[in-house]
Amino acid sequence: MTPAVTTRQPSQRAGHDGFLQSLHAEWTKFRTVAGWVTGMVVAALMVVLFAVLAGVSSDQKGAPPVPIGPGGEPVTDSFYFVHRPMAGNGSVTVSVSALTSSIPERPGDLRAGLVPWAKAGLIVKESTRQGSPYAAIMVTGGHGVRMQDNYVDDTAGLPGPVSAAAVRRLRLDRSGDAITGYASADGTHWIKVGAAHVSGLGATVQVGLFVASPPVVDGMGTRGSVSTATFGDLRVQESAAGGDWTGDQVGARSPSFAGYPANTSGSFSESGGRFTVTGAGDIAPAVRETLPTGGTLGEILTGTFAALVAVIVVGALFITTEYRENLIHVTLAAGPRRSRVLAAKAIVLGAVTFVAGLAGALVAGPLGERLARANGVYVFPVTPATQLRVALGTAALLAIASILALCVGVIVRHGAGAVTAVIVAVVLPYILTAVPFMPASVANWLARVTPAAAFAVQQTLVRYDQVASIYTPYNGYYPLAPWAGFAVLAGYAGVSLIVAAVLLRRRDA
Amino acid sequence: MRPALHAEWTKIRTVAGPLWLLLGTVAATVALGAGATSVAGCTPTGCGGDTTRLSLMGVYLGQAPVVILAVLVISGEYASGMIRTSLTAVPQRVTVLAAKAVTLTGVVAVAGTVAVLGSLLAGWLILPGPGRQALSSAEGPTLRAAAGTVLYLMLIALLSLGVATAVRDSATGIGVVLGLLYVVPIVSQIVGDPYWQRLLQKIAPMSAGLAVQATTNLRSLPVSPWAGLGVTAGWAVVALSAGALLLRTRDA
Repeated sequence: MTPAVTTRQPSQRAGHDGFLQSLHAEWTKFRTVAGWVTGMVVAALMVVLFAVLAGVSSDQKGAPPVPIGPGGEPVTDSFYFVHRPMAGNGSVTVSVSALTSSIPERPGDLRAGLVPWAKAGLIVKESTRQGSPYAAIMVTGGHGVRMQDNYVDDTAGLPGPVSAAAVRRLRLDRSGDAITGYASADGTHWIKVGAAHVSGLGATVQVGLFVASPPVVDGMGTRGSVSTATFGDLRVQESAAGGDWTGDQVGARSPSFAGYPANTSGSFSESGGRFTVTGAGDIAPAVRETLPTGGTLGEILTGTFAALVAVIVVGALFITTEYRENLIHVTLAAGPRRSRVLAAKAIVLGAVTFVAGLAGALVAGPLGERLARANGVYVFPVTPATQLRVALGTAALLAIASILALCVGVIVRHGAGAVTAVIVAVVLPYILTAVPFMPASVANWLARVTPAAAFAVQQTLVRYDQVASIYTPYNGYYPLAPWAGFAVLAGYAGVSLIVAAVLLRRRDA
Repeated sequence: MRPALHAEWTKIRTVAGPLWLLLGTVAATVALGAGATSVAGCTPTGCGGDTTRLSLMGVYLGQAPVVILAVLVISGEYASGMIRTSLTAVPQRVTVLAAKAVTLTGVVAVAGTVAVLGSLLAGWLILPGPGRQALSSAEGPTLRAAAGTVLYLMLIALLSLGVATAVRDSATGIGVVLGLLYVVPIVSQIVGDPYWQRLLQKIAPMSAGLAVQATTNLRSLPVSPWAGLGVTAGWAVVALSAGALLLRTRDA
């Protein structure tokens, strides 16, 4: 009477059943080594700990509030405004014959220069309150005529710069919430540039001339600028007569406005129907560079780096310890299909890391944001979907990095070498993108081709073409879309998984 | 001391690993520097930055093989049990460590010099006119940046040797050193307070030591070039002293 168990043939164990056994074996190995479990717990704690550190170490209490646009996004709303009220519907026209800009070479030493996004034109705005809804048509320093509304929308019109020989005539029509912008090069042929639907304007709006002059990108930083425009033929068609023109600096003290260059100020003068207006600042969405007091979700999750070091060490040791202790012979004797052993290890390791990373990120994100806000830091807003993407992406980034370390461990069969190689490949490029002397092009190249591209999953900032700024990973802008960046890391891991599987099959253990 | 030096030199010379790691240092340094300079956005008026520092940027990567080599010089002996033979042959333990330090610094100095000269040559070939001008060896700051970078690599080797002597395990040693070099600068970024941020950059071995590479905007640096290298030297001295003390007092 033979027990059925002893007659069970190896062939019966092959297939699905055999793989499940491999998975179970690897899971048992993982959970019974105290150091590896500790490593994963440490990884999750690091993410939370650094978020707490980032939250409590900053103090922005008492800073002026960040202006918020109608769409809920932070904005820059600081410019020189020559305005008067306009009740009900109406239309305003003007001609612009000059727009010149100056950039300080040194403090107090202004030089004429090109500010591509210097703006001068007509604006219809709910009030002079920062962040209030508006629509505007303008000439720019280097991007021709534009129509913009509510900070984020931008439409191109007539190209080419403005000058005495190339005067641009601009017109804005208001009819309820509908604002239409027209431009003309000769005063007779009007071309419609764009139509905007701006809600919340109210019955009486402020209408008039504006000049804005954002900072220009100069090497690795930005420099403030100031611009002056010459206007003529200013006409307002309205149902009731408005008042006198008043000049105001909108948002003079604002976190998103660095102020005028030394020895300059905003002003306007009128003589014989000619208006000369000088202004600085911008009317546009705020970017990281213009809002230095702000914080991002990606910065709160900086602990990902410390967690990475931990999961990379565990991932490499998960296989190299077997080589060192010669356990690999037993493992491969028990599971002679070597690729399957590797797959089982990768799945167990990846799953454990993913769970640890997700737990860390889900706690760290909201906690860090709360603490930072309590300290007066403005955290760039994210939608719940983005928040979830950042958490899932961070967990997936850690999981894939640990699998990469596992595969490199199989390839080099040496813990020290594997740990160094993967830390250098994933962590170092990020450091290089963050060193202050790095040109934006180099930083973006590194964030495109190295495994560190995967940090794009933590990106929450949006890049705006109508704002000149330093769009580098250091400032929270990645050259690749979140999951495209993640795919770069996944590609490296995939290739190393294949190489590891081939080498594991071919080589003697 | 001389027999100990001779023994260490023979060890490092007759194993393939050190040579490959040193070649790796040269290749990584030159390749990363060349890659960075080739994508730098240069205009006819300048390259918008410190081109010397950009050309020498490869040491951020090139120091990794130096760390491995320096850690393995001592922890490799612990893994194989060779350390007992070494200490039997030369019972003055600190002499063994000193001999290792001298040979290691010597080979790293040679590889570092080749790597730095290669990086500057690559930068000179790749960069257009104005960027190239800054790389001329007649420029004092460039000479200081080049010599300082070689010294920095030697100090990193000594720091790693000290840490590895203290912890004895290669994976742990490399983790500690790379963590110290790479993670501290990242931590300093999330510290909101500018005073603490600058302080961290001033005392971190990598960010302080590599200040020696700066040739422009010296006033904006958290620490002056030579003082920064002094900070790294301090780290190396502390690590080596701790390693020597533990080597003397512990059983091998």
